[in-house]
Amino acid sequence: MNPYRRSPFVIAAAILVYFFLYAPIVGLILYSFNASRTNVTFEGFIPAFSENVVMDGSLVKSSPCGLFHWYCDLAKNDDVAEAAGNTLTIAITATIISTVIGTMAALALQRYNFKIKPFSQLSLYIPIVIPEIVMGIGILTLFSQFFGCANETFNLAGDARLSLGIATVTMSHIAFMVPFVTLVVQARLQGFDKSYEEAAMDLGANEWTTFRRVTFPMILPGIMSGALLAFTLSLDDFVITFFTNGPGSTTLPIYVYGLLRRIITPQVNALSTVWILVVFLAVLMLQILQNRESKSHS
Amino acid sequence: MLQRLRENKSAQGTLLALPTTVWLFVLLIIPLILTLVVSFGRRNPDGNVIYDFTLDNYIRLFGYSTDCPDGQASCFDPIYVNILGRSLSLAFNTTMFVIALAYPLAYFIARSHPRRRNMYLFMVLIPLWTNFVIRVYAWMMLLRKEGAINIIIGWVMNALNIPFAPLEMLYTPGAVLVGMVYEFLPFMILPIYTSLEKIDNSLYEAAADLGANPFKTLLRVTLPLSMPGVVAGTILVFIPVMGTFIVSDILGGRQVILVGNLIQRQFLDARDPTFGSAASLILMVMTLIVTYFYTRKFGFGEEIVVA
Repeated sequence: MNPYRRSPFVIAAAILVYFFLYAPIVGLILYSFNASRTNVTFEGFIPAFSENVVMDGSLVKSSPCGLFHWYCDLAKNDDVAEAAGNTLTIAITATIISTVIGTMAALALQRYNFKIKPFSQLSLYIPIVIPEIVMGIGILTLFSQFFGCANETFNLAGDARLSLGIATVTMSHIAFMVPFVTLVVQARLQGFDKSYEEAAMDLGANEWTTFRRVTFPMILPGIMSGALLAFTLSLDDFVITFFTNGPGSTTLPIYVYGLLRRIITPQVNALSTVWILVVFLAVLMLQILQNRESKSHS
Repeated sequence: MLQRLRENKSAQGTLLALPTTVWLFVLLIIPLILTLVVSFGRRNPDGNVIYDFTLDNYIRLFGYSTDCPDGQASCFDPIYVNILGRSLSLAFNTTMFVIALAYPLAYFIARSHPRRRNMYLFMVLIPLWTNFVIRVYAWMMLLRKEGAINIIIGWVMNALNIPFAPLEMLYTPGAVLVGMVYEFLPFMILPIYTSLEKIDNSLYEAAADLGANPFKTLLRVTLPLSMPGVVAGTILVFIPVMGTFIVSDILGGRQVILVGNLIQRQFLDARDPTFGSAASLILMVMTLIVTYFYTRKFGFGEEIVVA
């Protein structure tokens, strides 16, 4: 009997669910080539190249970029460039910090016994069991109360005044990213064969050398997948960023949300398409890393 | 001193865990305490918080109103209770639909050839990592009057010669439900897959040998053994749905107001952080109670971490 036999109902259901998952995304990409500026209905692809953009009412007749008119339009948008820059700055900084301190915590929780261990372990579950909006408004309250006090006490004025910005967004991102890094690395450490470390110690390596030459290389794939997970969480975050960003620290999700409440042109679709491509590549990398790791384990 | 630290394992552990623990304490636990404190406060006309100890915000949330018709001093106004109830029932319905859609797909992946499993899982991850806001936008385009769904139904109706007026789907509770189901579906597929994948093939064979038909096998073997995945998935879906405000904001317009929207507005438009804090604490307590009773009944799946 073939162990991988599935009933036709299961296969049909699976195809339908995949269709449900992908149809909206395909539609979104299709509309990024829409000739209609208002983007309410699909008025066909942009047909031709020309030196200047030629419009007929709200329809793009031809453009220097042809079919990719809205992508060129997007490239010229300074707000998008700024938001993309902010998003990356925040994600990279927060990923580095949360990966370092998260890995340290994972090692501590898996290998050591200490007084605050139960408290440390328990606090990791907060971002899972509490809705993001509750954390978001809590952090907002903390920052605004603290900044209010500090600005008044030290008589800060003008640019010196503390306010919400890239720093507050980054700090808040780290707070919800660290638990995921720690939990992922901890899971990897659980399946870790200690005999390699013991062998290294027997051969005369001290603790630090053992960590550097044996433990670290072995858990590195786990750390990397934790870091990539944290990175994508930061890129994707809307709620926490929404409450902790200030002037000049708009990220891409916040920017797109702002557009959705005003005028939408196919530029938003072009932005989404580029984003989906970038994320696709990132997830592909994560997958390859995990595959390599599971192969080296088995 | 370094020598001392080298010998003291407990101090080493504390030191390693300290940055994370302090960070989480300052940015997750203190904010929660602060929210509690603020929720007992009052606001002054500028929208600033006056620290006090009053239960006014909670009383108002549960229906006490001084803004009444026909000159009464106080009356019951169910507006906020309704919002809480609507959020709860939407989260419940979303979870049910998500389980119904996720289970067959997770089963399909878990029972496919091991070499293809990763590709199928990868296909679930891509929509998951496509930005949340972008995914809502995609549904906004599909659901509106001129959107693809109406166009396709129009074609079908036209072919069948049935007169058809485009449906108003956007800005309805149904649109919000579809959006929520779409947003959180992958969070259910992954944990259910993880627990289904663990089921040993010999169990299916044993069930078949003992004369169970496929339906009975599903009911008596597959479903009970995959419960940890369903429980983990439910936690990963139910909690965020309770607190999300973008989906209802974009797909529900002003028609569908959830507790998330209520909280957001208190902090931005209405400028009453004390009332917003009270609402968000009630939200937190509601999700914790539901999660507690749910996990006590079914156990806390370790799949939550794997996903």
